Amino acid sequence: MLTEAYIPGTSPLHRARPLWKVLGLIVICTALFAGPGWPTLGLGGAAVLAGFALARLSPRHAVRALRPLIWILALLFAVQLWLSGWALAGFVVLRFAVLILAAALITLTTRSSEFVDGLMALLAPAPAWVPKARIALAISLALRFLPMVRDLLEEIRQAQAARGLERNLIALAVPLLLRALKSADDISAAIYARSFDAAD
Amino acid sequence: METRDTVFIALFAAIMAALAVFPPITLPLLGVPITAQSLGVMLAGGVLGARRAALALVLFLVLVAIGLPLLAGGRGGFAVFLGPTGGYLVGWIVAAYAIGLMTEIFWTRLTHVTAFAISAVGGIVLLYGIGIPWSAVVAKVPLWTAIGWSTPFIPGDLVKCAIAAVVMVAVKRSYPIITPRGAASAPR
Repeated sequence: MLTEAYIPGTSPLHRARPLWKVLGLIVICTALFAGPGWPTLGLGGAAVLAGFALARLSPRHAVRALRPLIWILALLFAVQLWLSGWALAGFVVLRFAVLILAAALITLTTRSSEFVDGLMALLAPAPAWVPKARIALAISLALRFLPMVRDLLEEIRQAQAARGLERNLIALAVPLLLRALKSADDISAAIYARSFDAAD
Repeated sequence: METRDTVFIALFAAIMAALAVFPPITLPLLGVPITAQSLGVMLAGGVLGARRAALALVLFLVLVAIGLPLLAGGRGGFAVFLGPTGGYLVGWIVAAYAIGLMTEIFWTRLTHVTAFAISAVGGIVLLYGIGIPWSAVVAKVPLWTAIGWSTPFIPGDLVKCAIAAVVMVAVKRSYPIITPRGAASAPR
């Protein structure tokens, strides 16, 4: 159904709690934007590279993480070079590269399900006005809906292709929305029928 | 908030993801892909209303942040928020809320014209108003340069506003979900 970016492993980074990894990312992110410049960038870059080595990820994974942004970074480099010279151009582009690699490091070493569990654990001591059961329901429903909506879209695309309308966004979006909204109402009726509200 | 609202929120998060499979047109020089996903932001607001639309976008972005490749081009993970275009993703939440709010206010007078205007104000003016300064700050470029980067996307976005307007009116006629502002919420 969905291919996660997760790379299996047993390194300390794989085993660390998702919360700590996210906090680490926030620290690196803040340091890179608020820090004194090159020293923090060097330190952050070294930390991220050490992280990749520690998690036994290959340079291939780093390249794959940077590839979607290669054009935008190249453009940014050119603009900064023209506006303010080599030093700032290199700094800004390298800072983005380090940030993106740091974020990719977390994504590559953490399963999505671990994040959901972590989020729920984080919410457990939250006050009563936080609708915990609803958040859990929304996340699990969304994960269930992803393949459903994709199948629905594919079905409608084939139906409209028979009419020569497969490139027409309106002819795809209207039936997609109407059918999706209808099934959402059926599903909420089913949830009501099982007295979900009583538990909240 | 009812269970039905929770289901709609989850549903629209999934619809946002489905719109990512429309192949994005990437302009090689600009890097920001033109995708059907910003159409999804307008539709969320125009179909669900302010609160549910904003929550649907929050849920969608949480799923993206935890690493599911749901953005156009199969992108996902925390990295997308830290790049130069992260502001547009955060702006989606605000834009969806604003479009939903305006749709609720103009609900009884919703025509193709008003729906187009609503989509343009929320999906272009407001969204760019967040995305442009954000990229100017994180990429350390002057505001005018950042504005120059985004102008090529405006024609495509206007087309999306027109599509969103037609779809919003069609959904209002056949499967209305929004209760207009000011009206007492009818019991289901």
